[in-house]
Amino acid sequence: MVNVMCRLRRCFFVTLLLLPLMSAPVQAVDEFIEINPFLKKIPLAIPDFKPLAPGTPTLETAQNAAQLLAETLLFTGYFKLLDKGAYLEEPRETGITAASINFRNWTVIGAELLITGGIRRSTEAVEMELRLFDTFKGQSVLGKRYRGRLQDTRRMVRKFASEVIFFLTGNRGFFNSEIAFVSTGTGNKEIYIAEFDGRNPAQFTRTRNITLSPAWSPDGQWLAYTAYPKNRPYLYVKHRHHKRGYEIGNKGLNITPAWVPIAAMPTSLEDMRLAATLSFTGDQEIYLLTGKGKIIKRLTKSWGSDVSPTWSPDGKKFAFVSNRSGNPQVYIKNLDSGRVDRLTFKGRYNTQPSWSPKGDKLAYAGMEGGRNDIFVIGFKGRPPVQLTHDTGGNESPSWSPDGSMIAFSSTREGRSRIYVMTAFGTDQRRLLTLPGEQTNPQWSPNKHLN
Amino acid sequence: MQRKLWMVLALLVLVPGLMLLTSCAQQSAVDQDTTQKTTPPEDTSGTTDSGTDLQADAAQRAAEQAMNQFLNEHIYYSFDSAQLSAMAQATLKRKAEWLKANAGATVAIEGHCDERGTNEYNLALGERRAESARAYLVDLGISASRLSTISYGEERPLDARHTEEAWAKNRRGQFKLR
Repeated sequence: MVNVMCRLRRCFFVTLLLLPLMSAPVQAVDEFIEINPFLKKIPLAIPDFKPLAPGTPTLETAQNAAQLLAETLLFTGYFKLLDKGAYLEEPRETGITAASINFRNWTVIGAELLITGGIRRSTEAVEMELRLFDTFKGQSVLGKRYRGRLQDTRRMVRKFASEVIFFLTGNRGFFNSEIAFVSTGTGNKEIYIAEFDGRNPAQFTRTRNITLSPAWSPDGQWLAYTAYPKNRPYLYVKHRHHKRGYEIGNKGLNITPAWVPIAAMPTSLEDMRLAATLSFTGDQEIYLLTGKGKIIKRLTKSWGSDVSPTWSPDGKKFAFVSNRSGNPQVYIKNLDSGRVDRLTFKGRYNTQPSWSPKGDKLAYAGMEGGRNDIFVIGFKGRPPVQLTHDTGGNESPSWSPDGSMIAFSSTREGRSRIYVMTAFGTDQRRLLTLPGEQTNPQWSPNKHLN
Repeated sequence: MQRKLWMVLALLVLVPGLMLLTSCAQQSAVDQDTTQKTTPPEDTSGTTDSGTDLQADAAQRAAEQAMNQFLNEHIYYSFDSAQLSAMAQATLKRKAEWLKANAGATVAIEGHCDERGTNEYNLALGERRAESARAYLVDLGISASRLSTISYGEERPLDARHTEEAWAKNRRGQFKLR
């Protein structure tokens, strides 16, 4: 831990010194206040896992587990995986515990972190022991043993990856999260859900009509969305796994749902709160509803459209889009004081705000010249930072539950695809590819493992 | 073509007629100048007065044309705006005429947007567009209960291309019969 913090501090000062030399795309002023942990990645070594029993199945599982752990950790953008060809020793042969590791062999090739694993499996069960070593300190900093069924292998690997991230950042990461998004593969817009890394996408709605704006409840068990199965924009709240749901069909619009985050998990849908734009009075305003759709009160009051609410992590404020000044801009309302303040002043068309779960920043889509890009802005009056440039249209940002990454949609390859990047705009890459076009990603909370 | 038919029919009738030496009923003269489809000479079924047929037919076609225009003549909007231009107002006046002439008709006014904005904001804009058209018609005397509105945002473009021309076509108010 100390080693990593030293590195981060080193990184911070280096950035500070180099700042005058770096060409700043937008506002360099913001970059030296924040440490960008993705600038210099931690060199990590994950040698092949050791089969602790003979046989091909064990060997296969060992290989798959090591591969999956590497991919999972690389996804975060914090690490650089050292090439296996450079390794000077093979824990698979020499041993996976601290006693049998020659840490010099690892520091010499530049590895600061090392993970070894041992796998034992029978036909239906698997047991794995995983260890994280700080090579410069020459000691194990994390060791876990997991037992379970064969199909739980991926879950075990992700559990360990969460432990690694927790050790490094104090945050559990997002390895138990999912990403919902809209795809047109069936000919209609429907909502699909994939694991956070894009694996196993599956169709979630079967509206056979327009389906939009998925929004996860704070416990990750419900999705709210707008759909037109009755040829009107109604809101639906549907359970993630069970065939249960509610329809919210007020006259006019029922759009842009956004659940209020809560510290203590309620057990019932009625106790959860949902903000949404309704227009049954003739005015397009944001209302607070229960999870089942009962209207509690109106939250905004202005001429024009108020849409797309997004909540601060403490649930005391929300940002939204309003055209009260003549064109769409992002505003913030404080529920306690009732004050509404405008947040965005750069550009004439700013929409799709998403409040970071860390609370300190907000991402949004800013349009210029007919094209959208992702911007991130803080709340202290400094100008926004543009994260995407000259790469097609980039819209619909959604933060990972730990605020370290942003999912968004991009047309840089032609058809719209779901992309992810770090919170600082680095490591931009496509998450998955499906028939049709994919848009409007929504990153779920990190769900509890049972 | 009709001439030929007429001649063939004439021959078919005249020749056996002559041969039978019966006095046939006078062939009903077919007016070759009308564009109306001619009834074959032996056809004695249906209406008797071909003049009324013509008028009814023309009236029916005029009605169809008027309805087609009502459904296919859209109103257009500027980017990010729900304001009615002079041209849009003129179109709406024509729609009001049709609605007055067809007192039983109820319509849904659809509001649409081009793809450039973001989906959520465009759902709201589409509704504002539909509502502004509706309000104008109500001002012209059409009963509000005959007019419903619905927004499709950018979800149902008429022209899927990514050009200014396509976008202009998609920023529209469109009428459908309910």
